[in-house]
Amino acid sequence: MLANAPVILTELDVLSLARWQFGLTTIYHFLFVPLTIGLVLMVAGMQTAWYRTGKEKYLKQTKFFGKIFLINFAMGVVTGIVQEFQFGMNWSDYSRFVGDIFGAPLAMEGLLAFFFEATFIGLWIFGWDKLSRGVHLLTIWMTAFGVIASAYFILAANAFMQNPVGFEINEAKGRAELVDIGAVLTNVVAVNQFPHTITSALMFAGAVVIGVSAYHLKRNQFVETMKSSLKIGLWTMILAGLGTAISGDGLGLAMVQTQPMKMAAAEALYETSAPAAFSLFTLGTPDGKSELFSVKIPYLLSFLSTHTLDGEVEGLNNLQAEYEAAWGPGDYMPTIWITYWAFRWMIGLGFVSWLVAVAGLWLTRRNNLSVPRWAWNVAIWAAPIPVLASSIGWLFTEMGRQPWIVFSLMKTADAVSPGVTALEVLVSLIGFTVVYGALAVVEFKILIAAIKLGPVEEASESESEKLAVAY
Amino acid sequence: MPLNEIWFVIVAFLFVGYFVLDGFDFGVGMSLPFLGKDDTDRRVIINTIGPVWDLNETWVIVAGAALFAAYPEWYASLFSGFYLALFLLLISLIARGVAFEYRGKGDSKRWRGTFDWMITIGSALPALLWGVAFANIVQGVPLDQDHIFRGYDIPLVGNLLVLLNPYGLLGGLVTLTLFFTHGLIFLTLKTTGEMKERARKLATKVGLVATVFAATFLVWTLLAHPTLPGLILSGVAAVSLLTALALNLIGREGLAFTSVVITVITSVSSLFVALFPNVLPSTINEAYSLTVENASSSQYTLGVMTWVAVVMIPLVLVYQSWTYWVFRKRISRESIPAHSH
Repeated sequence: MLANAPVILTELDVLSLARWQFGLTTIYHFLFVPLTIGLVLMVAGMQTAWYRTGKEKYLKQTKFFGKIFLINFAMGVVTGIVQEFQFGMNWSDYSRFVGDIFGAPLAMEGLLAFFFEATFIGLWIFGWDKLSRGVHLLTIWMTAFGVIASAYFILAANAFMQNPVGFEINEAKGRAELVDIGAVLTNVVAVNQFPHTITSALMFAGAVVIGVSAYHLKRNQFVETMKSSLKIGLWTMILAGLGTAISGDGLGLAMVQTQPMKMAAAEALYETSAPAAFSLFTLGTPDGKSELFSVKIPYLLSFLSTHTLDGEVEGLNNLQAEYEAAWGPGDYMPTIWITYWAFRWMIGLGFVSWLVAVAGLWLTRRNNLSVPRWAWNVAIWAAPIPVLASSIGWLFTEMGRQPWIVFSLMKTADAVSPGVTALEVLVSLIGFTVVYGALAVVEFKILIAAIKLGPVEEASESESEKLAVAY
Repeated sequence: MPLNEIWFVIVAFLFVGYFVLDGFDFGVGMSLPFLGKDDTDRRVIINTIGPVWDLNETWVIVAGAALFAAYPEWYASLFSGFYLALFLLLISLIARGVAFEYRGKGDSKRWRGTFDWMITIGSALPALLWGVAFANIVQGVPLDQDHIFRGYDIPLVGNLLVLLNPYGLLGGLVTLTLFFTHGLIFLTLKTTGEMKERARKLATKVGLVATVFAATFLVWTLLAHPTLPGLILSGVAAVSLLTALALNLIGREGLAFTSVVITVITSVSSLFVALFPNVLPSTINEAYSLTVENASSSQYTLGVMTWVAVVMIPLVLVYQSWTYWVFRKRISRESIPAHSH
């Protein structure tokens, strides 16, 4: 064992370790982000309902789901710092090359959005009796504005990596430089990725609200409050699901336009085809070069890619040849089995979770709550499905961009920090894994405990003075 | 003033703001084992920064992003070169942040004790590391011609050991003790009764130690980078720190806090003055140093970002000041409810 250790270490190069670290910390960070985005909107909606109707159930929902939101929010914040730091720590040559462009949306996010959400969330948590009802309601909407704006700037930064726009190469400095900030902020990928991200986040929040409500309704407790939140969750899920599908279609078109290789990889479409069929399921040879068996829906891929039934969709081999002609010899294909299956699992899981909500709405129609136990259980266990779909979706987006870190400009292999050693990255990778793992356990425990406790009034909360503390 | 110099001022402003704000959070966190005799005490201490620690910490994220946007080369060389130090910093900040949120979610002594220690260490370690980092930024690190930090040829800790030189360590002790003092004086301002007294007494002791470290450090910095603005800032820093301690002794909490805020502002500013026009000097060859010239973004990017900063920073200051106004009340033992979940 020990004798092997140095060998393993030399085989684990900086590049793969840094990629693992980025993948791990980013996916982990993004477990918390969608719930933050989705729940802040839902909680703001619940509080608005309370403000307008004065009904007790909406206040209870606001406080209860607000608490779940906050437990989750803290994790999003602390894991977010790592995201910003690691571009410099592990990817310093990337930072040098695109910092002139990439840094701008990040700094804008900080100044325009992140300050906003961090400040107003504090006011919301601690300001229940220090602010008037109207101003207090405003603080949650301001938080929501900060969260949503934050998402936009981060997506604009990511979109530059998928589809670089608004830049010029400065040969003397050996870097890309910003020439049009408007182009960066209205990148077709960002514009389409944004609604897709927000609606899918709402799907997750909806699923969590459904699952939590189902947990209590199954036990016949807090019925008045939970009956209403179940309905809110179900409708959020159904509308957000439609939104996710529509925006996903837009994102698909943008992807064909800007990164045809990614779409071909999503389909494992080797040869250019017109019309192109959408493959539902494929078994290929182990090397992935040819297929043994597959189930296909004719015309669908052409339709998704071009919105015509017989539009031409470029295949992997043709694109590979094109790219070699443009950028010299090399492998320009992402890992096909990952992109192919990730694309299917993303859509499949998203669709399944949406169907659960449709079924739920049907089962509970006309306020019927005498639902079989198994149906409540399905609603509970279906809660995490949308976040799985989101994570897999990002896996697809980022893996599908490979071998590029910035499409057509810089390869991932050229982006890592030149001065950093594999051992340093390995130690921090292990460190983050251990810490994140431990936090996940604690976080999950606390979240489940808060959910199980339900929307209870705390005894001392009527005295205004005591609301000033939350820890 | 050219844009790349304006951004040096903006980056300095954001870091100064960060140290003023999170500085007292660190001090409050460090005070837990010294001032918290029981759980209620510790909750009083934590709740003095409850509504604001998150927005205070946000300043470092914005400062980091501003550094990235305005000086990509500085950001890249600094963050990759100070790798292990930043990793420790990140872990500490994560530990502190989640501990604030989690400690009240359980009742057992062991649960709360664990998170109390995470808060204390997660406050003390960053307070120390920031000083080490900034002292080394001013002093310079072995940057090669490609601006890459090449430390000792020792696996893993080669670069970190470079940072742990006498000047760097002294810088760390300055921020550790200064932020501790800063936090203790903040506590006198935000608490009542016995807690206030305990914080006041400890502030005097820690403050005297901080004065010795800070004076030595500032003189050392001045000798290495003698400038008039540096001299003035260091002088104000020293005087305001002693004034803060005196005001603290006679129980003028508000003025004492203002005074120690001036100390943090002037001492951090004096470091930026000593650094300018470099942003990360090379100790191998002066020509390899990163400066406001060769590390900055293009004029266009700086122009766009200047507009964003000029519009947003005043707005941020307004709504954050309002937050502090809303939560201006002192926290006492009576404010702590029997149960909190």
